[in-house]
Amino acid sequence: MRMILTGNESAAWGAKLSRPKVIAAYPITPQTSIIETIADFIANGEMDARYIRVESEHSAMAACIAAQNTGVRTYTATSAHGLALMHEVLIWASGARLPIVMSVVNRAMAPPWSVWTDQLDTMAERDSGWIQVYTQNNQEVLDSIIMSYKIAEKHNILMPTMVIEDAFILSHTSEGVEIPDQKDVDDFLGEYNPAFKLDPDEPAGFGSLIMPEGPYMEFRYKMALAMEEARNEIKKVVEEYNEKFNRSYSPFIEEYRTEDADAIMVVLGTIGSTAKDVVDRMREKGKKVGVARVRYFRPFPADEMRALAKKTNMIGVVDRSYSFGPGADLYAETKSVLYGYANIPVKNYVMGLGGRDITPQILEKVFNDMLSIAKEGVVDREVEWVGLQGDKRWS
Amino acid sequence: MIEIRFHGRGGQGSVIASKILAKAFFMEGKYVSAFPYYGVERRGAPVTAFTRVDDKPIRAKYQIYEPDYVIVLDPSLLTAVNVLHGLKKDGWILVNTVKKPNELRKTLDFPHIATVDATTIAIKHRLGSQAAPIVNTAILGAFSKVSGLVKIETVMEAIKQMAPVKEEENAQAAKDAYESVIMGGD
Repeated sequence: MRMILTGNESAAWGAKLSRPKVIAAYPITPQTSIIETIADFIANGEMDARYIRVESEHSAMAACIAAQNTGVRTYTATSAHGLALMHEVLIWASGARLPIVMSVVNRAMAPPWSVWTDQLDTMAERDSGWIQVYTQNNQEVLDSIIMSYKIAEKHNILMPTMVIEDAFILSHTSEGVEIPDQKDVDDFLGEYNPAFKLDPDEPAGFGSLIMPEGPYMEFRYKMALAMEEARNEIKKVVEEYNEKFNRSYSPFIEEYRTEDADAIMVVLGTIGSTAKDVVDRMREKGKKVGVARVRYFRPFPADEMRALAKKTNMIGVVDRSYSFGPGADLYAETKSVLYGYANIPVKNYVMGLGGRDITPQILEKVFNDMLSIAKEGVVDREVEWVGLQGDKRWS
Repeated sequence: MIEIRFHGRGGQGSVIASKILAKAFFMEGKYVSAFPYYGVERRGAPVTAFTRVDDKPIRAKYQIYEPDYVIVLDPSLLTAVNVLHGLKKDGWILVNTVKKPNELRKTLDFPHIATVDATTIAIKHRLGSQAAPIVNTAILGAFSKVSGLVKIETVMEAIKQMAPVKEEENAQAAKDAYESVIMGGD
């Protein structure tokens, strides 16, 4: 079945098809229509789940943790300040190894207030122990939710997952979306089989107090191993999904015309979609550029990034957020995994913050800057903010 | 690719109009995307919405700057917003107004102007209230005629599927606008 859906409706459909038993959500801004759509599904009897309307995003995640602990699949959605308010319990969810799946609509953090897209909210949670997958269209939003349950729930993984979509550019944009049959999704996901759960007949303690010589460090080490192991499961599950549902997702990095490219742009989210049109246009003019859209930021695709660097003379990393570190997050991590593996220039382009529109014209200018760096072999400045008001270089 | 920009005021249904139009093209086998540009979310504030249509999947994820068509739901916006901004020279602007295209030439310096009295049509079909009629479905019927890109029957069907209330009346309003829109070329 093909329908026209917004990114938010696509997320709600992805959740519905995955049959979570509990949805806990705080319904006020920066919440999105994901939760509203799910409330309709439940009210109409199309979805069999308990909907808990809570008093904050912190409580929403706390309720998901409690529910998931009883042995059921859960789902929630949030955005920006809502995600930030969840921070404490996000770390609890991953530490407790609960495979919760949550949609996050990337929105800017105030001040000044903006409900437009910006990836600071999810980047600020990169260390919370959640798998993070970024999407470029509404189809990928829906499909990624289904795949995420399967990956997260594997007993060798048990890590919660954020399925991330750009605000407005996906969340409020209507596109044609292929909706898989419920039966096929049921076959693909199977019944939720918790690795452990609260059970009065078999009492157990969860989240107990331990001393420094206790297994705290081992718990964290096991999480690190699980995040590494997730690479294998992501690859397997994406390939299985592609086969069953006739899709063509690359597990970690979607490469577009990167073979023989003089310079490759590395991006997250919808920028990667627009950039493909720009790459085609520039290739017609004989300019050899390509784009690599990173899907999984956690676990970070280190091997794939190193293989990518072997194909080109220069990498330009576009970040739609800034982290006050050595450049923004995608750049810092890309450069970190390339150290000792590839001796090519890498430059950070910070752009599109607070939803500032990223047009083909500005991307073409960035590509041209990348090509001149590829030619000269030297980066003029490591971090460049692109498209600031009054900056004639990029206007 | 065909790009369409809607100008309306909060509460008039511009965003829904952009979605219904996308749905109509989708029903005729096209690839579509429809999206709003929200400013302040309140009644009466200017709202912009967009629809893209193509024969192949649409990868463009940015706003529309050089539309092929501009649709104006509220005539008071003609002097409040630069509705002609970026409109392609061979494109059309379609305005909900009681005036005829020639009467708008002083306000709109553009060769291809189409006008339709969607407000009267909406009131006739009791869409919205007398004070705040809902004109978004009627104007889509006029767009079908002006553009020739999508059949009026498909627009009416898309309206019936997506209008939250008064499906038949909304579809009929589109038909009336299709039949009464006036196109003024240069």
